[in-house]
Amino acid sequence: MGDSDVYKGLAVEQGSAVRVLYFARLKETLGRDAESFPLPPGVSTVAGLREHLQSRGGAWATELAPGNAVRVAVNQDMATGDTRIQAGDEVAFFPPVTGG
Amino acid sequence: MRVQTEDFDVGGEIAALRRGNPTVGAIASFIGLVRDVNEGDRVSEMTLEHYPGMTERALEQIVAQAKSRWDIIDVLVVHRVGRLRPLDQIVLVVVAGAHRGEAFAACAFVMDYLKTQAPFWKKEQTPEGARWVEARAADDQAAERWSEPTR
Repeated sequence: MGDSDVYKGLAVEQGSAVRVLYFARLKETLGRDAESFPLPPGVSTVAGLREHLQSRGGAWATELAPGNAVRVAVNQDMATGDTRIQAGDEVAFFPPVTGG
Repeated sequence: MRVQTEDFDVGGEIAALRRGNPTVGAIASFIGLVRDVNEGDRVSEMTLEHYPGMTERALEQIVAQAKSRWDIIDVLVVHRVGRLRPLDQIVLVVVAGAHRGEAFAACAFVMDYLKTQAPFWKKEQTPEGARWVEARAADDQAAERWSEPTR
């Protein structure tokens, strides 16, 4: 998981899309470390984006289910479900941290 | 603040932090190490993953909070990533202050916040295979105690 993998494609899609990153267990179970897509209509918060991703079903529905401990950062700051997001933002989903 | 794969030299890091500064009267430090057991299982190796960019940002914010909260002179945080084995050093926090009380408190604060706010994740290798380390409720409680006014 190099920086180059995480940030590939950022330059071409920044501005019109939201950049979504996944780390640790989520990266493995969801099968990807990053993706970019236009912000879906009606999605303007972290909670909205999480619901959108859940609707993909399978591991997405399981991992991002309400009640599962998932942390989210918007533009590299810890966020909550109410945090607003817009095109061009970098949104990261990951499990509770375990460093130190 | 540094995130690196290489090991660190505690004595050298402390010497560099206080070098030439006669206002430093106390140094408090914490060193986190890889153990060979977790949750009752043998651990032969672990891999530390992080979120490049956010990690450095989070560590800087944690240190800034410590500096605004306690009368301390300087703080160093070094955190390793990549593959580590039992006995290896993982993290170093050094706080330099005029007196021990502030240095001890700030050092504990930085570690407690690092454990709940800095985006690092440990995956450990056990005889049953690899597994992601689960966050501990005790770590959240340790960080929460700093939410109460202490001064």
